[in-house]
Amino acid sequence: MPAFPQAADASTRNTQLRANLRHATHTIRAKRAAAVAELDDWSRLRAAGAAIKDRTLRHLDQYLEQLESAVTAAGGQVHWAADADEANRIVTELVRATGEREVVKVKSMATQEIGLNGALATAGITAYETDLAELIVQLGDDLPSHILVPAIHRNRGEIRDIFTEKMSQWGRPAPEGLTDAPADLAEAARLHLREKFLNAKVGISGANFMVAETGTLVVVESEGNGRMCLTLPETLISVVGIEKVVPTFQDLEVFLQLLPRSSTAERMNPYTSTWTGTTDADGPRAFHLVLLDNGRTDTLADTVGRQALRCIRCSACLNVCPVYERAGGHAYGSAYPGPIGAILTPQLRGTQSELDASLPYASSLCGACYEVCPVAIDIPEILVHLRERVVEGGPASVRGTRTVIKPAKGHAAERAAMRAARWALDHPRLLRTGQRLASRTRRFHPRRLPGPGRAWSDTRELPKVPEESFRDWWQRTRGGSGTGSGTEGRKKTT
Amino acid sequence: MRVALFITCVNDTLYPRTGQAVVTLLERLGVEVGFPEAQSCCGQPQFNTGYRHETEPLLRRYAMAFRDYEYVVTPSGSCAAMVRDNYPRMGAKAAAEGRGQELADAAAEAVPKTYELTEFLTDVLKVTDVGAYYPHTVTYHPTCHGLRMLKLGDRPRSLLAAVKGLNLVELPGAEECCGFGGTFAVKNAAVSAAMGADKARNITATGAEAVCTLDNSCQLHIGGTLARQGSTVRPVHLAEILASTEGDVW
Repeated sequence: MPAFPQAADASTRNTQLRANLRHATHTIRAKRAAAVAELDDWSRLRAAGAAIKDRTLRHLDQYLEQLESAVTAAGGQVHWAADADEANRIVTELVRATGEREVVKVKSMATQEIGLNGALATAGITAYETDLAELIVQLGDDLPSHILVPAIHRNRGEIRDIFTEKMSQWGRPAPEGLTDAPADLAEAARLHLREKFLNAKVGISGANFMVAETGTLVVVESEGNGRMCLTLPETLISVVGIEKVVPTFQDLEVFLQLLPRSSTAERMNPYTSTWTGTTDADGPRAFHLVLLDNGRTDTLADTVGRQALRCIRCSACLNVCPVYERAGGHAYGSAYPGPIGAILTPQLRGTQSELDASLPYASSLCGACYEVCPVAIDIPEILVHLRERVVEGGPASVRGTRTVIKPAKGHAAERAAMRAARWALDHPRLLRTGQRLASRTRRFHPRRLPGPGRAWSDTRELPKVPEESFRDWWQRTRGGSGTGSGTEGRKKTT
Repeated sequence: MRVALFITCVNDTLYPRTGQAVVTLLERLGVEVGFPEAQSCCGQPQFNTGYRHETEPLLRRYAMAFRDYEYVVTPSGSCAAMVRDNYPRMGAKAAAEGRGQELADAAAEAVPKTYELTEFLTDVLKVTDVGAYYPHTVTYHPTCHGLRMLKLGDRPRSLLAAVKGLNLVELPGAEECCGFGGTFAVKNAAVSAAMGADKARNITATGAEAVCTLDNSCQLHIGGTLARQGSTVRPVHLAEILASTEGDVW
């Protein structure tokens, strides 16, 4: 993957993509604002959500052990996965042990994050996505570009074409003469998926929440496909990030209000499924919970960055982000696009690659993401914090070990420029000399800048340098000395 | 009341008229203003690009330059937000790094006296009608840091609403970022330009003669984009509108 600016450069030129994204994000943005405005205690709910998550994260080890005990007591089996490879290996072995070659999947960010479908395919196991948008993405041989609406970058006509061309390769073909009417597209997907649900012996899911006290897992969804996957197969494997645990069942009350309103702008989501281990004569016979670390402990070790682990994956930040709206989700190069991806991915994966080092800069720091975040993650604060890690290096936790990381490559010239600028700014007399020089030469200033500045002057006019800086004007009109120089020296300020 | 102007590096170097307008306005309202020449940049460009350590001398300089003043007023929501939100963070981080309380103390001294212009007018001077006259159709772009970090709310609008002759027209998508974002404009040039282009088109579509902002930096970006699009809408800082009177048109 190229760095964010290059990938985003390509997507800003794609007018169809930008129109699709603009339409979708603006629609959901307005609906979310209305749904949130209905609750007069939203700000207190938000604070409660943040507080519950923070408290849980502070004692994460205890809650995870409590969860493991509860899941085991309820007839489930818990597996611990330190990274993506280990999680993929565990899941592959569990599926192999059933003798099955096909699995149905509930939409899950954790399995996207670890690339589970690819790992299963390598082992000769086909994973069928059953969420409508994930199905569109899978059939289109594409990648999700949004947390909640993975096919947000596609319009109806494109979806009709994908269904018509590809459904037959994966199972039941699309009906003859399929139109691009939403009801027809949904019906085609329903018929296609029904076969999958009824044949499936193994289901794979994630979870929105895990309750430590009872060992209960929770999936919040709109379509009902999740419930089919969670209840029909004989074996259920849930892959869940360790940060998804909440202490008690009562804590769900807060999140089941925050999540639907923030994500789909609904007061209550249509389907909330909860499952606790296994039950005689109902649901899966075997239940496996794979607890995924994959960089989360490292994230937890960072006192500023750990806020990102509060995330409940609602995607409200994507829908208000002006950068996401222009760049699209693919430019972020991970399962987590948008503002949350810009802070989560470089923490989970580290900042070694050019792409991951560019993500903290994929923001104008406008703060719209922080404003809408239902668990009050100060995304701009973390972005700046991670930028510091990129350019200056510093202490960090890597694979659970405290270490001092080096600055990312390619920032040497910038660092030199920043130092020079700071030095000039810390010497106002020097600053004034520079300003005067700029004023005197203003007639000769180019209309286009060289070097990195070209990125500015290619699309924007440069401002004209004024004849006189404010400093000089002040000095001339109020300073009294007449010469306008040497005053700082007299004040003994430097 | 001892009031110091914090004329930011962008004000000072590229938009001295904005600073002059603040002086004119405050003096007209009976405030005695000073301009401590030891002041410099607040350090936001460095800080927001990830150079916290390079920003520390500028925090110290800020605290030192304004030490003798009761109030510091700046015509920049963004720079006021830098002082108020990020200086304490810098101080806390330095302390956590075992470098003592000096920066935290400097931040603690700077923060409570720093006011963005519209806050100073409405909260301290308690005026909304500043006696301005500006016979133009104007649209207003609330800048992000003023809107979300300082939570300026209705302050700028109430000041504009009290200006004689001014016809305020709504800007569609007003609360969306213009795309400047300091070094973002260069580091992510394509996205920044796309955001700016959409903002500029929305501004032109209002039919306004001028677009009012609270930050010269947004003005720099919006103005540069409007000019490249061939738009005749003129970017103007709120201070310049408020400084304008029937006898002294800015």
